[in-house]
Amino acid sequence: MISDLEALPANIDLAIIGAGPAGLAASTIAARRGLGTLVLDENPGVGGQVYRAIMANPVRDRAVLGADYWRGEALAKEAVASSAQHAASATVWSVSPLETAGYEIGVSMAGRSRMITAQEVMLATGALERPFPIPGWTLPGIMSCGGAQTALKASGLIPDGRIVIAGCGPLLWLIAWQYLNAGASIAAILDTTPRANWLGAMPHLPAFLASPYFAKGLKLMRAVGAKVRVVSGVEALRAEGTDKVESVVYTKGGREQSIAVDVLLLHQGVVPSINLSNAIGCRHTWDEAQLTWKPETDDWGVTSMPGLTVAGDGVGIAGAEAAAERGRIAALSAAHRLGKIDAATRDRDAAAPRATLRRFERGRMFLDALYRPAKAYRIPQGDTIVCRCEEVTADRIRATVPLGATGPNQMKSFLRCGMGPCQGRLCGLTVAELIADERGISPQELGYYRLRPPVKPIALAELAAMPKTEASTKAVVRV
Amino acid sequence: MTETADVIVIGGGIHGCSTALHLAMRGIRVVLIEKDYSGRHSSGVNAGGVRQLARHLAEVPISVFSMSLWEHIADLVDDDCGFSNHGQVLVAESEPELEAFRERVDDLKLRGFIHEELIDRTELKKLVPAVSDQCPGGVVSRRDGAADPFRTTQAFRRKAVSLGARIHEGVAVMGLRRNGAVWRVETSAGAFEAPKIVNAAGAWADRVAAAAGDPVPLEVIAPMLMITAPVPHFIDPVVILRSRKLSFKQFANGTVMIGGGYRARPYRDENRTVIDWRQLADSAKTVWELFPIMRSATIVRAWAGIEARMPDDIPVIGPSASSEGIYHQFGFSAHGFQLGPGVGALMAELVATGATNLPIAPFRVDRFKDGLAATDH
Amino acid sequence: MFRRLPDAAGDNIAFTINGRRAQALAGDTVAAALLGAGIEHCRITPISGARRAPYCMMGVCFECLVTIDGVGNRQACLIPVRAGMRVETQQGARAIAEESHA
Repeated sequence: MISDLEALPANIDLAIIGAGPAGLAASTIAARRGLGTLVLDENPGVGGQVYRAIMANPVRDRAVLGADYWRGEALAKEAVASSAQHAASATVWSVSPLETAGYEIGVSMAGRSRMITAQEVMLATGALERPFPIPGWTLPGIMSCGGAQTALKASGLIPDGRIVIAGCGPLLWLIAWQYLNAGASIAAILDTTPRANWLGAMPHLPAFLASPYFAKGLKLMRAVGAKVRVVSGVEALRAEGTDKVESVVYTKGGREQSIAVDVLLLHQGVVPSINLSNAIGCRHTWDEAQLTWKPETDDWGVTSMPGLTVAGDGVGIAGAEAAAERGRIAALSAAHRLGKIDAATRDRDAAAPRATLRRFERGRMFLDALYRPAKAYRIPQGDTIVCRCEEVTADRIRATVPLGATGPNQMKSFLRCGMGPCQGRLCGLTVAELIADERGISPQELGYYRLRPPVKPIALAELAAMPKTEASTKAVVRV
Repeated sequence: MTETADVIVIGGGIHGCSTALHLAMRGIRVVLIEKDYSGRHSSGVNAGGVRQLARHLAEVPISVFSMSLWEHIADLVDDDCGFSNHGQVLVAESEPELEAFRERVDDLKLRGFIHEELIDRTELKKLVPAVSDQCPGGVVSRRDGAADPFRTTQAFRRKAVSLGARIHEGVAVMGLRRNGAVWRVETSAGAFEAPKIVNAAGAWADRVAAAAGDPVPLEVIAPMLMITAPVPHFIDPVVILRSRKLSFKQFANGTVMIGGGYRARPYRDENRTVIDWRQLADSAKTVWELFPIMRSATIVRAWAGIEARMPDDIPVIGPSASSEGIYHQFGFSAHGFQLGPGVGALMAELVATGATNLPIAPFRVDRFKDGLAATDH
Repeated sequence: MFRRLPDAAGDNIAFTINGRRAQALAGDTVAAALLGAGIEHCRITPISGARRAPYCMMGVCFECLVTIDGVGNRQACLIPVRAGMRVETQQGARAIAEESHA
């Protein structure tokens, strides 16, 4: 594990950004094929989000997190034991194409930065949760389900007091199940899955039943449903409180009910993390089924930028096991492009990962359709905050469309939404859908924020102290 | 269907929109064609500096005229454009530099221009308390300031439309030729015809100029800017350091913008730029050395606009040297924003009456020695 | 708001939050340590003065910005807690004049 900025190689064949399932699987394959491989991840350990803290988990009872989580252990161990180099707590804040070929990568470790180069770059930055802009969602005491799950996995923390889990999607059931295993009690699960979604999901049911998702999902839902009050068909939600959340008010069948709450966990699916691929200049398309932007990739994961691949949930949401297969496929293609294996070997070795991947992708369509969040939860009204960083509300955004803010970039210039440190990670989808809805066009036509590096803020002092040449890397003194 | 007008303006940046507005104010039927959207390029993403300070002598008269429009900008475009004028200060870092500034200020005064004022160390420290103690003085232009570039460009666009200008965005010019008594502009959305054309096409203006028979050595550049997270207010005027390539401004919301002319790599046919971090590191180092109070600021974004530069760093303004009815308004070399309101008025006057009172001879399109067309970058 | 699972393994790490002593578990990020220490908000927004607390725990929401050992605007969820760390909640636009030179 590389823990010093100076120990990073100045140049590498393949730089993989993200040590989740895709990055880990890819690094093992790439290393085996003889590629000089460096994996960079901003977290303190490998595993990404789904396998968070897999190598150093404080939760001793394995039954709490479940078998699917622990499946990541073998993947991580294999990657760490390979000849691939791993850098932890390494934040990549910029990736830009060099003039001829290859990429330059800005990396920050422990408050210092330098630029390194790579022939090929693989973005394995995974997914993030879809924004869930309900009134009051910025109150302390409200977290995303994924965030709460990270607190459990990496720190053995569970909420104290009254817990309500709200939203839709498989993660709701998983975290509820993990919490029950850990001895927490949950006041209610407010399921916002629109009843009408079942109709659209039915055609995909056979593939789902045949997929690995089905058995797991059913088991979780049954176990949780037996012990927790579940309210389904929730039509509206809002959080109330002054300095922190005190209650959650939900509407079902036209009637409003209020539940006192200490910790409210929200989730309505995950979407690909596109900030890096966008900032580099890759083309993206809008996926109407998953209601998200995805980078354009071929079936080897190659984007519209040469030598730049995306692997894992960053290509499109399909889960941890599919992510690992995408990582393997992309690594094989990189090995071929860099002359380590011929095309026949690449194709032959990619066959098994592709078959596994297809099974997961087919089964996924049912989940996408069933758990498609209702419009009301994606496109808020009134003074609901849309951009958390700059505190811009839905009604202000709506009112600005007729002034010439006809797309997310113009809106950014007018109202600053998307200009805060999160760079649109928590507001971009909402802003795009909101404007598209106001204008009666599709998000594909509208476009998305034109993101720029640094994709994570960098201290002025850190930038100022960056070595100019490789020779001065060793000589840098923090002024 | 061919759309007709009295004047076709090519390019919807601040210059195109300003010209369109001033033409519309004269009751002239104008069509503006913009390949992306108004303010998409340099006009919308520049540092927003509104200055007469430190301009090339040839630009001073038009800059002073444009300033008079800025000071009543809300009357012109029904929007204050975020314009604030706390002055702009050019900081001298050494005695020889200050001496050079003194000579310039004296020269300007002889020519009748009094907007630049030499200041000593004490006055500099008063205007810019955060500047390092080593600076012996500088030049201040007290009426200067800054505005919101995107908002300004949009305001000009909106006002022009409200007065009857027809603005077509997302429409690219594909060709330009004579068709009897008019010019015919072929675009991705059909043909437009008018007896007069204004070429305000920014970093792409050399192509329009070439089609008009006026090849020019335009260089495509991409000046970079950085902006920080909000910091408590500590500076009022905009600050420029010439020798160190630094310009520095703090907005009302506390964010600080750092510019100065370091360049990214432009790809003008892809609407794309690639940031050069080593140069930005130099820029950050300059800020760090000169403004100790900024030492713990955080950079949240860097970007670059696609801009046109002429070899002598002054624009091309005036009639075509070879084609009747075509006028040029481009090449502002990274300092055209402040000139937008005034040059638009000037251009409208030129187009409408055939002449202008402002001295534009230095900006002739045929002043370049070899007159070569720009090579693509 | 959060409690530690009784059998959570690891050493205790002492740190301070707004000058008050607190305990974290080895492997905690600063954000997790704050949750475990019962901190309800970690910053006040510069725009409206609203209280915010960690939301995503994975570095994308930027709500967990705190000052650590005198350096501000740090994403607490990405930084492992270390013995003796001084963590402070952030009030609005950070007062950079208060900080000593780097």
